[in-house]
Formats: sequence, structure tokens, C-alpha cells
Amino acid sequence: MRIGLFVTCLTDTLFPDTGKAVVTVLERLGHQVDFPAGQTCCGQMHFNTGYRREAVPMARGFVAAFGGYQAVVTPSASCASMVREYFPALAAEAGDPGLARAVAEVAPRTHELSVFLADVLRVTDVGGYFPHRVTYHPSCHSLRMLRVGDAPLRLLRAVRGLDLADLPDAEACCGFGGTFAVKNPDVSAAICADKVAAVRRSGAEVLCAADNSCLMHIGGALARQRSGVAVMHLAEILARTEETR
Amino acid sequence: MTAPGGSMPTYLGMPSFPAAARTAVADSQLRANLTHATRTIRAKRAGAVAELSDWEELRQAAKAIKDHTLAHLDTYLLRLEANVTRAGGHVHWAVGADEANAIVAGLVRAAGANGIVKVKSMATQETGLNEALAADGIGALETDLAELIVQLGHDRPSHILVPAIHRNRAEIREIFRRRMPGAPAGLTDEPAALAAAARAHLRQAFLSAQVGVSGANFAIAETGSLVVVESEGNGRMCVTLPRTLISVVGIEKILPSWRDLEVFLALLPRSSTAERMNPYTSTWTGVTPGDGPEDFHLVLLDNGRTSALADRTGRQALRCIRCSACLNVCPVYERVGGHAYGSPYPGPIGAIISPQLRGVTSPADASLPYASTLCGACYEVCPVAINIPEALVHLRAKVVDAKREKNFSPERAVFSLSGRVLRSPRLLAAAQRAAAASGRLVFRSGRIRRLPPPLAGWTETRDAPVPPPESFRAWWSRTRGGSGPPERAGPRS
Repeated sequence: MRIGLFVTCLTDTLFPDTGKAVVTVLERLGHQVDFPAGQTCCGQMHFNTGYRREAVPMARGFVAAFGGYQAVVTPSASCASMVREYFPALAAEAGDPGLARAVAEVAPRTHELSVFLADVLRVTDVGGYFPHRVTYHPSCHSLRMLRVGDAPLRLLRAVRGLDLADLPDAEACCGFGGTFAVKNPDVSAAICADKVAAVRRSGAEVLCAADNSCLMHIGGALARQRSGVAVMHLAEILARTEETR
Repeated sequence: MTAPGGSMPTYLGMPSFPAAARTAVADSQLRANLTHATRTIRAKRAGAVAELSDWEELRQAAKAIKDHTLAHLDTYLLRLEANVTRAGGHVHWAVGADEANAIVAGLVRAAGANGIVKVKSMATQETGLNEALAADGIGALETDLAELIVQLGHDRPSHILVPAIHRNRAEIREIFRRRMPGAPAGLTDEPAALAAAARAHLRQAFLSAQVGVSGANFAIAETGSLVVVESEGNGRMCVTLPRTLISVVGIEKILPSWRDLEVFLALLPRSSTAERMNPYTSTWTGVTPGDGPEDFHLVLLDNGRTSALADRTGRQALRCIRCSACLNVCPVYERVGGHAYGSPYPGPIGAIISPQLRGVTSPADASLPYASTLCGACYEVCPVAINIPEALVHLRAKVVDAKREKNFSPERAVFSLSGRVLRSPRLLAAAQRAAAASGRLVFRSGRIRRLPPPLAGWTETRDAPVPPPESFRAWWSRTRGGSGPPERAGPRS
């Protein structure tokens, strides 16, 4: 399958290893991965902060970059839900029937990585090897907007050597919330404090999620506390093998 | 955009949410009380809801009934008015809070009374009725236990269902000891002892009150009946004992028929108190000679509701049945409590109701749609399927758009510039190169401990990642030769 990789602006800029890991995993499974260079950002930060008209050109850019691919895969549940859940409304609001048609064509074929692997390709064992104690944080947009279910857990359970630890109160929000983390830093930090405590109670060495945004937030607090717990995107764990660890 | 025209007089001049929240987050007693209460009630609610196999169908039915009623609100309101009048009641229409309060004050005076007993009511919290009556020399006694605690403590409610959720029993004992006339000597903080003290305090007021004031959970248009759902029985006392009964009811509380009520009586108790059925459900239709109040007045309150109704996305907030399930699951509410929302309607639902009733011009109201991580837990538990995150994001756009005509705003400048960068692959790549250079030069320690405003709030409690030497885009271009698909014979396996 010819797959368009939507790497997301955050991962592109700050966490390139996640993007490389997605390429590794998809190519290992025999697929051809393209990175359309015209891609930028899904516009979620602008949309969710109230700058909706600023988000419209980003939606246009997205459909221009990804039209024609059999599947668009992204290592972010949050950005996937922006495309799938909010692009149609944004296109309607912009009063642009061409954009609405393009969105109707691209959005349903845009998948978050774990859903694409476990539910579209129906592969759970991607050949990963990661001999560490890992706990998984189901990000809110993966859980309640995109409804990825247990796809990430099925993938993690199939990774050889991986010891999957339960995360107490796993479904609780981490307090990131995009610009919420900056506009309401005190509440954001208070929510994060409980998530960090839960991560540490889990006994895991590594916290994993399907969104680098939440991981940047929780990981920032874990690092500030010198907790010794690392954060890793799901893709980076799936990409590790006996040869590459 | 027309101004909503609603007001909540007692909440004027509140600070914006982040400022109020900063204080709340630092209050260890408040945090402990809230954590305990919200965790307990949300676990119980989940259990009560799980008992019903048709919960989702009930939820969709409730949504459909409310949407239908709101779409034909004019018809049902006139039907309600006609049937209340036919049953011997009097109907008053109040556009705003002041008008509603003035109507109530006039009716109390006409009844020759100088005090009222009150059923717990969100509508009269919203209009600031108690304060307005006090200014007119009329005393209002809250008879719901939690509202009484709040009133005696010269406090404000912090939860829709459990207004004193921010207090624990030791604090309640202290409030009773200091402020309740005739509080028993040696009062302990045992819940039963506290309830007994409140009962003794209230009993005389129930028996001597000339006027009772209530809200209503539902108003049934087909018969002109009102419904109050409660747990303590104080409401039953207030709506049956006094000679005059005045009910202040938001115009969105209407249901077409008794058949519709069935759906809501299944949803509301399980969502709010996690009970299968609430202990007291009082219903009345006008007046009945020799039974209950001789004089019944219904004050129908708009106070910004018709303006919310005109908003296609925002109007779903008018489906709300005030169950509080969204408060109990909200990560923000759990850490902050209700006072920071500057409104009798706190939590996620408050963050979409208050700015719609009052408009988004004050700093407090403009900050409310941002008082959410958009985690979606509220939408998941809402018994009438209000998509609160969708409404929040919609209202954020209203806040931004209302300011667009105004002068320079640093935030708008940031979003405008970042919008230009983030829609251009060329500018984004340039920004990434600049970030990589700064990463190499400035942040050589491997982590960022301090950033300037507006990102200073981030690094107060969290490290920030150092930009890597090479973006993904640059890596791809270097290793895979530009924008197209890599040159390969075919897929590997």
C-alpha cells in the first residue's frame, strides 16, 4: 500500500525520531511510505484556541498534500481526530464546496498509527523487541474522540520482551490540553501532578502514548522531577528490534 | 451579534478563570475535599449507569425530546401558560434577572410577608434573588442542607448539585456552631448530628412561612404542571406548606408531555446522585382548594436563553438538566472547584452556559471557554449528549472574533504569525532550522528549564524539549532525496 505519512508539525519539529520510527515500522511491514513535502500542520492549535479562520488554509494545505493516497497515517491521535472530526465542519464554515469535497475524500482515509496497524492492516505483531517495563497513557483524543480502543495495547502486548504495567487512573486527562497548558498553567500542572504520580506508582521505566503532545507535557514534568522515567512514542517502541536496540 | 442580555448580578467583577484558579489550586483543604467528593460520586454514577442496558437509547431520546422542544419553544411556552392559568396559577414573563427579582419581590409584598423559604434553585441563584430580596427588606432562607451551609457561611455555591462540596464535615460543624441560631451545644461533626441540627433550625421556618419560592426541574406543557426532584424533603415542605408559592423557571425547562418526563426521571437521578430514583419528586398543577398553596405564580425566565437558542452550536447547552455529572468527571473542576468559574453554573457546563447567557465581553466570561483541556469526559457522561468540547471550541472562536475589531493583541499577533508559518512548508522549514540552531547554541544542557513569556507558564513546572539538530522534514530530504517517493524497485517485505 502506498501510504502518505502525516508526521504533524510537532513531531516534525521537535520529535523527528517518532517520524523515522513510523517509516521503519510501515516499511518493515512491506508498505511504501511517502512524505509529501507540502504538508505542514492540521491547524488544531489555531482551531481549538478560537482562531478558526486561520486554521482554514492549513486544512486546504492538508488535503492538497494528501489527496490521492490510499491511506494517510499519522503518529498523533489528536491530529487524526482534528482531520476526521473537525475538518468537515471547518470546510462547511469556510463556505468552500471544493474543500468540503476534498475533506470528505481524505478524512476517512486518515488514520492514527495504532488504529491503522491493528484495525486497518489487522497486524498486531510488528516485529518489535523492547525489553523494558512500559506503561501506556491513553490520551483523551485517542480515547474519547478517535475511540482507538485497545489498539495500542494490543500492539504493545505483541512486542517481545516488553513488560506492560497497568497505569492507575489511566483514562484521566494529563492536563495538557494544547494552549490550555499555557493559558491555565496552574491547573494544567495540578492535573499533571496526579498523572505523574500514577506513572510512578505503575513502576514503569518508560511511559508510552500515541501523542507526542501529551508526552511532551508529562515528560517535561517527569524530567523536571528527575524521576528517571523516560517517555517514548508508541511508534518508537514498535520500531525497536533485537538488532536496533 | 446581539448581546445576550442576561445577567447574574452577584457575580459581577469576578477575576478571570486562570487568576481565580491559581488561588484554588493552592488550597490544600479545598483540593482534598474536592478529590474525595468527585472521585466518590463519579464511581457511584458509573455503577448506577452501568445497570441500565439502554442508557445510550435513553440519552438519545432525551436529546431528541429537548431538541424538539427547543425548536418549538414558542408553542410549548404558550401551551404551558394557558394550562397553568387554567389550573388557577398566574404566569409572569421576565426578560432579565432584575425583572424576575422585582416580580418575586412584588408578589412577596402583596402576600404581606417579609420572608420566604426556598427550595434549592439554580434559576434564583442565577438572578441573585436572595440579595435582591434582602435589599428590599425581605429575608430568604435556603432550606436545602448544602445551600443552608453556604448561606450560613456567607459563601457561594461551588457545585450545581452539592453546593457545599468544597466543605468537609468539620468545616460544616464550625459554620453551624458560629452562625446557626440555636445550634445545639456540643454539636459534633457526625453527619446525622449536623442534619438533625439543620432540621430543628428549619422546622419552625417551614411551619410559619407565608411564601415559598422554588425553581423547577421540569415544566410539563400539556397540563401546566411543575416538577421538583430532590433528596431531602425540604422542597416538599416549601411547595406544600406556605399559602403562596412562587416558582422561577428558565424557559428551557419545559417538556411537552408526561410521557417525555419518564425519560428524564430515568436519566437525572442516576447522573446526579447515582440513585436509581430520587427520594422526593413533587409535582403540582396550579392550585387545588384545601390542598397546598392557595396562590401559585410561575415566573418564566429568559435572561439570555433566547440569545443562546439563536446559536446553532451553542443552543445545545439549553438541553442541560443540571445533573452535575460533567462537573464530577472534569479534571479541571476536580482541581479548582466551583468558585473560580464566577457563576452559579460551574464546571464544563458552566463554561458554556455562562458566556452564552452573559456574553463574552468581560475578562471572566471570555476566559471561561478556555477553562477546559477538551478531554471530552464531560460529553461522555452527559445524559442529554451535550457536546461540551464542541461548544467550548465554538465559544472560543466567538471570544477571538469579538476581539478582532479591537486594537493590537499580542496573542492574536502570535497566532497570526504562527498561522502564516504553519501553512507554508518553506517558512516552517526555515523556522525549524532556526530552532535547531538555537538548540545547538543556547540549550546545550539537553533540556530547557526556562522560557520567556508567553511560554514561561510551561517551564514553571515542566522542562521543555530542546529542538533537535535536524527536523524530520530535513532528515527525509537528506536521506530520501526530496519530496517524492523514494526510488525503489518495489515494496520490501
